[in-house]
Amino acid sequence: MKISIQINEGPYQHQASDTAYQFAKAAIAKGHEIFRVFFYHDGVDNASRFTVPPQDDRNIVNNWASLDIKNADGEPELVVCVAAALRRGMLDEGEAGKNGIDGNNIHPAFRISGLGQLIEAGIQSDRLVVFGD
Amino acid sequence: MAIKKFMYLNRRAPYGTVYALESLEVVLIAAAFDQDVSLAFMDDGVYQLVEGQKTDGIGMKNFSKTFHALGDYDINQFFVSAESLEERGLSVDDLMPLVWEDEDDDWAEKPSIKVVPNAELTKIMSEQDVCLSF
Repeated sequence: MKISIQINEGPYQHQASDTAYQFAKAAIAKGHEIFRVFFYHDGVDNASRFTVPPQDDRNIVNNWASLDIKNADGEPELVVCVAAALRRGMLDEGEAGKNGIDGNNIHPAFRISGLGQLIEAGIQSDRLVVFGD
Repeated sequence: MAIKKFMYLNRRAPYGTVYALESLEVVLIAAAFDQDVSLAFMDDGVYQLVEGQKTDGIGMKNFSKTFHALGDYDINQFFVSAESLEERGLSVDDLMPLVWEDEDDDWAEKPSIKVVPNAELTKIMSEQDVCLSF
């Protein structure tokens, strides 16, 4: 089955991202395809490459990166909503340049894109599973 | 590709958290995809449709006017939980009079909001292909 995932909550504050990660890992292990994971609301914070949890805790950002979810063109399908990201200070190199900001924090396993990618995921997938409150 | 039924389920008050505003941003983008779109409002989400919102005092953007524009994008199915309204002492008269123009009926203006009991809302939800919850 082709599955997409939407994550609406940030890391560590809320279990949504952890549960979604476990779900995605289990789905892949069962032979399902994760078409796209879309990070929205505070969920965009799951993509920060500056995340440094204590050593005895899980690293949620690296967990997501380890799933290596990519499309046929080799682009990451861990997608961060651009509007939600920018207003929360999450920028990739391109957005930092456009907005004149001297730094960027999106982990390379993720990419920034628009909300259309969420709708497209709903259209293309057999299931779109939402994690949040 | 076949058209899918998308429902956007809104359960939170318009201010206090950003869920309602960012839900509306998704709906506006969704309008461009020619899918069968409906919106549902339950729990505190019914407050999103209350008429006469004023946000000057809290320094937030009043986005309630945007709901009026959705009819022009063929988004005209607003299902509101009857129980959620009643629990909050509200009725349909407290909500914005959202309308759309029916081109198959000489562009007659028709109400977009339909108040439905939760039992019917459950049934409508079960008919959806995709339900996005905010």
